[in-house]
Amino acid sequence: MSDTTLAGTGATRTYRDYGHPLWRRLLVSRESAVILLLLLVIGVAMLRVNNFGSPLTMTYLLLDVAPILLIALPMTLIIITGEIDLSVASMVGLSSVLVGILHQGGLSIPVAGLIAVIVGCIGGAINGFLVTVVGLPSLAVTIGSLALYRGLAVGLLGTTAVTDFPQFWTDLAKSKIGGTALPSIIVPFLVLLVVFALLLHFTPFGRGIYSIGLSSEAATFSGVNVNRTKFILFVLAGAVSAFAGIYYTLRFGSARGDNATGLELQVIAAVLLGGVSIFGGRGALHGVIAGVLLIGVLGSALRLANVTADVINIITGVLLVLSVVSTSVLVWLQNTWQKSRRSARNRTAQHSPH
Amino acid sequence: MLFRTHNTRKTRTAAVAAIALSLALVATGCSAESGTSGGTDGGGDANLAITFLPKNLGNPYFDTSDAGGETAIKEFGGTFAEVGPVEATPDGQVSYINTLTQQGVGAIVVSANDPKAIGGALTEARDAGVKVVTFDSDTDPEYRDVFINQADAEGIAKVQVDLIAEQIGDAGEVAILSASANATNQNAWIKLMEEELATNHPNITLVETVYGDDDDQTSFDKTAALLQSHPNLKGIMSPTTVGIAAAARYLQTSEYKGTVALTGLGTPNQLRDYIEDGTVTAFALWNPADLGYLAAYAAKALIEGDITGADGDSFDAGELGEFTVGADGVVLLGDPFVFDKANIGDFDF
Repeated sequence: MSDTTLAGTGATRTYRDYGHPLWRRLLVSRESAVILLLLLVIGVAMLRVNNFGSPLTMTYLLLDVAPILLIALPMTLIIITGEIDLSVASMVGLSSVLVGILHQGGLSIPVAGLIAVIVGCIGGAINGFLVTVVGLPSLAVTIGSLALYRGLAVGLLGTTAVTDFPQFWTDLAKSKIGGTALPSIIVPFLVLLVVFALLLHFTPFGRGIYSIGLSSEAATFSGVNVNRTKFILFVLAGAVSAFAGIYYTLRFGSARGDNATGLELQVIAAVLLGGVSIFGGRGALHGVIAGVLLIGVLGSALRLANVTADVINIITGVLLVLSVVSTSVLVWLQNTWQKSRRSARNRTAQHSPH
Repeated sequence: MLFRTHNTRKTRTAAVAAIALSLALVATGCSAESGTSGGTDGGGDANLAITFLPKNLGNPYFDTSDAGGETAIKEFGGTFAEVGPVEATPDGQVSYINTLTQQGVGAIVVSANDPKAIGGALTEARDAGVKVVTFDSDTDPEYRDVFINQADAEGIAKVQVDLIAEQIGDAGEVAILSASANATNQNAWIKLMEEELATNHPNITLVETVYGDDDDQTSFDKTAALLQSHPNLKGIMSPTTVGIAAAARYLQTSEYKGTVALTGLGTPNQLRDYIEDGTVTAFALWNPADLGYLAAYAAKALIEGDITGADGDSFDAGELGEFTVGADGVVLLGDPFVFDKANIGDFDF
């Protein structure tokens, strides 16, 4: 920028690549704070809560949070672009009902599941179309599709449930890997995690996601195809939700229209707790995973400690509010602190001539 | 200079974040601690630790039934606990069943939100030696040891016919206000009520059965229409809680109050005003407190090995006396309970 920059050494810059060294960037962040909190809660629970240390805890915990873990992956990407998808839980319900009806109609579970995932893609594409092509806000669009997909799910099956799934598949959904305490559902989750992590953190597509969240216009001008990116993300959310719906159906052996009601809020809560900014542009998958696990571990430990559901909700709620509010409080603190520094400096400046 | 300011600000940010998070941690840590004693109570006591798992918490019906269970468990010196989800979702009970399995309670007494969804979790619980009693709402029979059935269809039909016969002097025209035309349980009851009327009450004529679709306004309108089209109508039976409440509301403000009898299945809180002002003399339902009480004794009998849930097993249920397990592991609470002016004050559900 200035002429005083060392001539001839074009690669040398007068400023560093990053404001902080790598270890600080990795350790002093919202993500590490959530991970630290998770480890502390696990530690406290191990010491203080009876039965928490048993391997069963981890099995049940992972079985319970698996749908949230799965859907949190695309949800993270969507929220980083500054959009939101509230229709995911309804899509879980719709997929569950479809698997039930198609299986009842004589299709095998893999075929029924595949059709459910395709319907998930279509549902996601409808959201994506309305948000990108028609240009409606995703909050409004997905509130609509939340009602629409849930309505379809309940309408298709009424108040009845399909329950006659083959033992092989229902056992598979609940099975564990080899002799470990890890449920098998972790395998597809890890595969998806790798895919989404690569997509978000190591591709131009992923950089585009962040830049859309920071400024949609700036992203457009820097060559990011904003509409295509958002559209793809909504389709992914639909597909992953539908997959979670298949798991949900098989795990409980019951396809019902009201399956997974309210799950979207748990997913969004975990994503926000994991350090993703609701305004977009900020967040990382390792924080989100820790956020999901933190809510799960807290619930599990408190239930084992015979704390009632209301109190568990209060604690999770307070934690969430704190995590969201803390960002604003920090900004406010910074501003007041800066202001006081500035006025102090001004005061010295005024006083010095005398 | 600018660089350093930025740096210091970040440090400050990190410090504040650390404080905020440790506050959150203290909050959560405390609750985990305070609960631990509860956990020991639940799992520590011999094996008469019996936990009630209603469809959801904060539901007056289950508050009443679980209080009945607590009374029973205190009588025989077991440990009572109640856990449950806030909302009655099909899968909401699964994590609680898993938790109770881990805690190694003696028995779970559960009202199932879904006959199948909690089956896997209950099977794991039973494999771990936990006894499973369902009450109010059953699972598929293979997932539990016994089911405490609040009332059978014959009993429900008979009590309503008996009540209306008593109130109208065993002669005259009556009508039925049902829920929807294709509700399985309603139709089964109505059929049994028709049979009961035909065999034991020949002087009572059933003139019409109308359907209020379990909707308050529709039931209200159907009651009005019923009274207009049958001027000699002496009584209405409504085997649905929505129907009886709507019909009572219509009768209360109409000229028919006191001249047309109304009975059926209802809950005390819905019908308290109408009982007190005489619009309704008596109505029936089961007593949820007795239901919980019996379920607790059934759990005790299972834990102590007195019964296995097989057809013909019998056990003692404190004040309620001796009960026998029927086919499919079903224990019947008995005849429905009749609520009237004298006893309605004792109930709050």
